This record gives sequence, structure tokens and C-alpha cells, in this order.
Amino acid sequence: MADDMSQDPELERRDDPAAAPAEDDVDARRMVINIGPSHPAMHGIIRIVTELEGETVRQADIEIGYLHRAFEKSAEHVGWNGVMPYTDRLNYVSPLINNFGYCMAVEKLMGIHPPERAEYIRTIMAELSRVGDHLTCVGASAMELNAFTAFLYFMAARELVYELVEDVTGARITVAYGRVGGVRADLPEGFVPKALGFFKTIRQNIAEVHGLLTRNRIFFDRMRDTGAISAADALDYGIMGPFLRGTGVAHDLRKAEPYHMYSRMEFDVPTGTQGDNYDRYLVRMEEMEQSLRICEQCFKQMEPGAHQSAIPPEYIDADQMVDGAKHARTEMLIDREARLSPNLEGQEHRHKRRVIADDKAAAMPSLGKTYSNIESMMNHFMLVMNCHGIRPPAGEAYAAVEGANGELGFYVVSDGSGYPYRVRVHPPCFPILASLEQVLVGGMVADIIATFGSVNMIGGELDR
Amino acid sequence: MGRATDILRARFADLFLDAHEQHGDETVVFRPEGIVAIATFLRSDAELQFNVLMDVTAVDYPGRSPRFEVVYHFYSLPRRARLRVKLPVPEDQPAVDSLTPLWKSANWYEREVWDMFGIRFQGHPNLKRILMYESFEGHPLRKDYPIKKRQPLIGPMN
Repeated sequence: MADDMSQDPELERRDDPAAAPAEDDVDARRMVINIGPSHPAMHGIIRIVTELEGETVRQADIEIGYLHRAFEKSAEHVGWNGVMPYTDRLNYVSPLINNFGYCMAVEKLMGIHPPERAEYIRTIMAELSRVGDHLTCVGASAMELNAFTAFLYFMAARELVYELVEDVTGARITVAYGRVGGVRADLPEGFVPKALGFFKTIRQNIAEVHGLLTRNRIFFDRMRDTGAISAADALDYGIMGPFLRGTGVAHDLRKAEPYHMYSRMEFDVPTGTQGDNYDRYLVRMEEMEQSLRICEQCFKQMEPGAHQSAIPPEYIDADQMVDGAKHARTEMLIDREARLSPNLEGQEHRHKRRVIADDKAAAMPSLGKTYSNIESMMNHFMLVMNCHGIRPPAGEAYAAVEGANGELGFYVVSDGSGYPYRVRVHPPCFPILASLEQVLVGGMVADIIATFGSVNMIGGELDR
Repeated sequence: MGRATDILRARFADLFLDAHEQHGDETVVFRPEGIVAIATFLRSDAELQFNVLMDVTAVDYPGRSPRFEVVYHFYSLPRRARLRVKLPVPEDQPAVDSLTPLWKSANWYEREVWDMFGIRFQGHPNLKRILMYESFEGHPLRKDYPIKKRQPLIGPMN
């Protein structure tokens, strides 16, 4: 039977490249397939116009901009502090890292140094976000390759990360937790033991997914040797982060230019060898473990928070405090804390003074002080009133942090007014997407899904 | 002044305009004509080794002459050093030579600067809008583009 078929002239012609359509007929063999902008297997809104020859991608045109919402323009029309919630929406999977990156740029302009505890909290929250980001990236790309179980394990783990983030910031994604000079509030009571408990489950889930995917034949075959890029090309495109580390370049801003508390942390920078999807998968899996390690070291190193202090504070109601201040009953105000609404937990004076720099030009006074003395109240209003607020001296600064996808940089220009003159974001996945055309061309159409998963495109920061 | 500033200043004295090191960021301002020569030198010089073009952007100063400033951020991976190069670009002829022959990353960054500020990059192979759509009018990050301005959204042409 098989012999008969090989005799079939029709089939023979199809398999023989020489007998295929003539040179001038190349266009006829090519097929244009449009992927996106909204496609269920692509986590992000992007359009790829591919030109296929059989199943091989011969050309790919990447179109971005579908999620453009004028972040940089809007930032010029809100105060310096007002930009903070906008930064949440850049990389909406790890918003805390964006918060801190922007804070660092403004702090650089103003010459403010956050207190040590704030830096520890930033380190912890940034690493938790990195874990969440990698969980999403690996989980979603595994799901797109039909490994749905792995996705569920990782979403369960991410839920724990989000719960911790919610405990600290009050929100899961739109956190607005960074403040120029520190962070909004201290860690809540019982955060460390809760986090350590969750880390166990997260580690179990990561181990489970390792078992499901790492040596899985189907997964391996789809990831190995697909979407490969060389180290030289990656640098040519300006790619940083796991994508660069997958090619074997051990570059990590947390090591190269330590910020926050990373200089005191012990952690490894995992690298790959071939720069393909599989290497990026392994790098991300290992980075999650390293991030958890950093969090644990922070828990050990940082001083116990005010929650642990032996003498509990004396609370009085805010309205009584205001009345007392009006009538100059200072004896009832000394060493008292205002009783705040539960959603302001961690912002009492004893917490706040540890987590934000003592700088009247940038940091809001704690509410207890605002209620009880006129100087703090004036300070408060100067910072929140329109056209006042934070006013960095005229100048420019660039600050970069290691985002989950690579270098996240903020270039800020101030003209000395209450509004930023220019806020430029250098988004980590922009250069990766720029390289995507080169990465996809020559591969198979099915590999687009695997590669796009490991690119970890985040529309929010890509299109801004 | 930093090392890179000294070297660049000596080598490109005729193009040199200004330099500062505000907040620790080494910054050099050059006349726009020589950007390709400067970038080639930055990349190939054995001492400086600025092998990554990290970012290209622009800032609009409507009151100033020249009006625009194109801002490059270079990064040296082996030295872990950064350098900012700024080029003042006039309003009547907003054009700079493209760095696409040197770095692949220049391609998309320059497209974005064209899209947002209307600054042309001569020699760019594919200088078209990147974040906005083709039929969008104006350049939104210019200071004279009103933030509340609305334009009809037109879908892909094909």
C-alpha cells in the first residue's frame, strides 16, 4: 500500500520541493494568517500578522498599541503623588515593583532616603510581586500549551501571594502602596508567620508543577529549541531580565546596582544556556525560589515592627483628638494615637515614622499628628492641595529596578512645579516584543503560542 | 566629571555643548549632527563599552529654542555604567540620524519618539507610528497637544 502511494505522481510532486510551484509563484504558496488582536491563547492584546509557508513562519509583523492609554501624557497632568495609581496599571501583574521604581526616581530627584524598614518592606513586596508575576507567566503559558493542571496549581499559589499583598496594601492589583520616601503603611500584625505558612504551600505547588512540566515529554518538546535568541541579539535589542538570563548572561540589576536591601541579601541569579523557551521557563521557576529566599532573609533581618512593642499605645477617637487640640488640652494628646478606621491600619504614628522618610516636603504626617497639631495639619494640606504637593527641584533623574520582565526604568524631568514635566517609562517587555519578529520567523506557527507565553507580554507597560 | 564625559568631550569637542552629573547620572549634551559617530564610538571604544542602547525618548520644551531634546540612555553591561546623551533638536526641522544600523533596539524606540513627538529619524527603515494608529493626527506627547483632545478611532486599514 505504501509503495503504491509513493508511486502516485500527484503525491510525489507535492513532496518534492523542486516540483513545487515555480519561483514566481512563491506568493501563491504563502498564506497570511492574522493572530489577534484578541486571541484566547495570547494573554494580551496584540496583533501578529504572519506570513506562512506551510506551517513555517516566514514573516511576522507585530502591531502593538491596543492598550495605549496615555500614561506618560496623563502623568504630566496630575501631581507627582498622583502618578502612583497610574503606575499600578503599567505591569498590572506586579504593580508594587512599578510603584517602587517610580518612587525611587522621584526620591533621587529630591535626595530623599527612605528609612531602613521601608526598604525592607519594599524588598519583600517587590519579591512577592515577582513570584506572582512568574507564577502567572509560567502558569498561563503552560495552559496555552494545554497543561491546564499546572495552571491551576499556579493560580492557587498566586492567590496566596495576592492575599498577602491584599493584607499589606488593601488591594490585590491596584495597590498604590509606594510613597515618595517610603511606603504607605507598615506590615499588618501577624504578617510574617502568615507569609511563612503560605511560602510552604507556594513551594509545594512549584514542586508539583516541576513534576508535571519540567521532564514532561510534550512540554519539553514544545519548549526546547523554540523561540531561541542569542545573547548578542538579546543585548542588541536591549533585552534584560529572565529573557536575557535565559541566554546565559548573568545580569540582574538587584546584583549589578543593588537598590532597596538587595546588597544584604544572599541569592543566586539563575541562567540558561540556549536562550529558548525552555531555558526561560527554568530561569523563572528558579527565580521564584530565590525570591522566596530573599523574603525569608528580610523577615530575619528586619527589626520587629511596632506591633511587637511591649507597651500597647493608648488610643483616643479622632474627633476627641481634634477637640482637644482646639482647646489646647495638650496633656490628653501626648503619646496618644488616634483611633483610625481599619483600612488605615499600619498608618498610626508609631508605624508611620518607621516606614516613611521624615521629610515634610514629601511625606504626609501621620493622621494622629494631623488631628492634634496645626503644623502637621498645614503640612498635610500643603501636600494634598492642588498646585502644591510634592515639588522636586528642577532637574532630571533616571532610576531603574529589576522588574519581573527586566529593567523597568523611570526617567523623570521636573521643572520645579507641582506637576511632573515628563515621566518616561522604560518598559521591560517593549524590547522583548521588538525582538519577537526575529524570534518567530523561521519557526513553526504552533511555536508562536509557546514563545509568546514565555515573552510574558504585559499590555499595560508595553503600550502605556 | 565622569570618565565617559571627559573622553567624549576630548574626542567630539566640536559637537560638545554641555555636561552635568545631576543626582549621579552622567549626562552629556551634543549637537545632533554627530549622534551616529558618537554612538559608534561609545559602542566600540574599549574603555567605555556602552553595548546596550537602553532607551530613546524625547522631551518637549515649547518655550525653548531648540524646542526638543532627544534623550538616549546607554548602558554598559561589562562596566555596569550608564550614560545619558541629549541632543537639542529644532522645531522647524525635527530630525536626527537613526541609530538602527548600530542597535536593533533603536528601531522601535525611534518609532515611538516619531509617533509621540514627531521627530524624524533619518535612515530608519520603517518609520511609522507604533502606539497610535496610522490615521491619528498630531503627536500626543508634544506639550501643545491638548490632553482632552479626542479623535475618531479608526481600525486597521487592511
